[in-house]
Amino acid sequence: MAKVVYKFGDDISTDAIYPGRYMATVLPTETPQFCFADYAELNKNLNSGEWKNSVLIADNNFGCGSSREQAASTILGHGLIVIAKNFARIFLQNSINLGLNLITCPDLDAKVGDDVVVENNKVVNKTTGKSFNIVPLPEARRAIVEAGGLIPYTRKKLIDKNKK
Amino acid sequence: MGMTIVEKILARATNQKSVKAFDVLEPAVDVAMSHENAALVINQFNEVYQGTGLEPKVWNPDNIAIIFDHRVPAESSKTATNQKKIRDFVRFNKIRKFHDIRSDEGGICHQILAEYGYIKPGYVVVGTDSHTTTHGAFGAFAFGIGATEMASVWTLGNVLNVEVPETIKIVVNGKLPANVYPKDLILYIIGKISAQGANFKVLEFHGEVISNMSMSGRLVLSNMAVEAGATAGIVPADVETERYLKAAGITEKLNFVLPDSDAKYCQVVEINANELTPMIACPHTVDNVKSINEVEKKHIDQIVIGSCTNGRIDDLEIAAKIMKGKKVAVGTRMLIFPASWNIYKDAMKKGYLEIFADSGAVIMNPGCGCCLGVHQGALGDGEVALSTTNRNFKGRMGNPKAEVYLCSPAVAATSALKGELTEPAIGGF
Repeated sequence: MAKVVYKFGDDISTDAIYPGRYMATVLPTETPQFCFADYAELNKNLNSGEWKNSVLIADNNFGCGSSREQAASTILGHGLIVIAKNFARIFLQNSINLGLNLITCPDLDAKVGDDVVVENNKVVNKTTGKSFNIVPLPEARRAIVEAGGLIPYTRKKLIDKNKK
Repeated sequence: MGMTIVEKILARATNQKSVKAFDVLEPAVDVAMSHENAALVINQFNEVYQGTGLEPKVWNPDNIAIIFDHRVPAESSKTATNQKKIRDFVRFNKIRKFHDIRSDEGGICHQILAEYGYIKPGYVVVGTDSHTTTHGAFGAFAFGIGATEMASVWTLGNVLNVEVPETIKIVVNGKLPANVYPKDLILYIIGKISAQGANFKVLEFHGEVISNMSMSGRLVLSNMAVEAGATAGIVPADVETERYLKAAGITEKLNFVLPDSDAKYCQVVEINANELTPMIACPHTVDNVKSINEVEKKHIDQIVIGSCTNGRIDDLEIAAKIMKGKKVAVGTRMLIFPASWNIYKDAMKKGYLEIFADSGAVIMNPGCGCCLGVHQGALGDGEVALSTTNRNFKGRMGNPKAEVYLCSPAVAATSALKGELTEPAIGGF
């Protein structure tokens, strides 16, 4: 179970998640400090560890814009769960590639402070007792998640290729 | 059942007779482009090889392009160190499509791929930059990917687990009015279908306005297709594509990939170009699009002309004609950054740079920096920018307390002279 700590609207861009001015920083060990850098409270509580492993919820098109992979690694570094009505394509793919499993839940009804849990293809809002269906990842993308991300998935293909 | 352009390209790239939307494929890549974020790709690429006992070598150096453009010349030691690391990698792997920080080969990655003839109709193109959609203007399937996915491409030569996208057909008939440009058209389309209207889909552009449009204009449409969420924005190749590539030195016969007449589209959007006006994308989303007359006039602190969207020679020509012998308004600053050094030098020969310099505009070296707030041209608190770039997200030009409006070069140049949003004159300068 995890607490909803922040609620976003539509079209949260990767510029909002990880501002361009920090893009020279690329290492997944270093990107988390700049997570939502322009959202002072959110950034502060993430960096203090207070909101580690908590839940962010958003409406449509979360992660739109730039292909910067730092937007996925910065979220992953704080152990956040992101639940949105839907995600932009490149951000969704980057997250899957890094092993960050985003939750697509179009009908979610939750507010800041609610406790939610993800189980059996549903998001359950423990505070209200209501549950909401998750749109499962397409099978092709699930294969990458199950392999632990695109690096191990590619490595296996590389090894297979060299066996032939 | 007939196929769309993207379906035909993906069938070819996977050696199949036909494919359809939602098939999952591993297409071969013709061009894999990166910029400074190649530093992260290199890390991930080495990680793939970790523990395999194999030497990390790219699958085919001739299919890889690397162009420095986001922070040129380096704004920090961190960037300079990343660029040095990439140069070493380029040398070791014998990557020849490498464009360093030099005035005889440099520029913004998307302009370089176009003007050096690296992209041909029917190609599968991936780039670690969301505006890789630009290259759909050549009738190719070009889309943005992340650094880890590029590491996978460098290893195997294929993009893994690509789901064939559905296609939205955009048909633009009529004629663009005299002060309306491809930028206005694409802003109108994004406003109409929304920032997520084409998410996971391809836009295919058709109609007489598109057939009559120059490659420069088509590059604008495809470039900004991603702002409607599109995976790619494809213009069918034709004589204009051939003309452009011939001028870029491509002599081989081109293979146009065109849609079947019974191709299946998930949506058709028809637009009458006669009715369009200059359009403005207002803060803070690209789909917050209004006709110029509906936008409140306010003081503009910074005008920007340039970027992979609108930094080509015809863009600079329009601005130079409007600004010749005139001055940028007092209290407004204007920055001009051509999309490549070839364009810069062409503009120098044609006298445009002199016109800009005399007007008070600052001419910057080709690069992306200002558009995404990473290198020069940052905005102050409460300031307003009017820009020909492609994004107006909060914080985009380096300051979340500033506002960015997007427009065509004609609107930017006209507004620079007044210091506030101004409609360009119709049919003359």
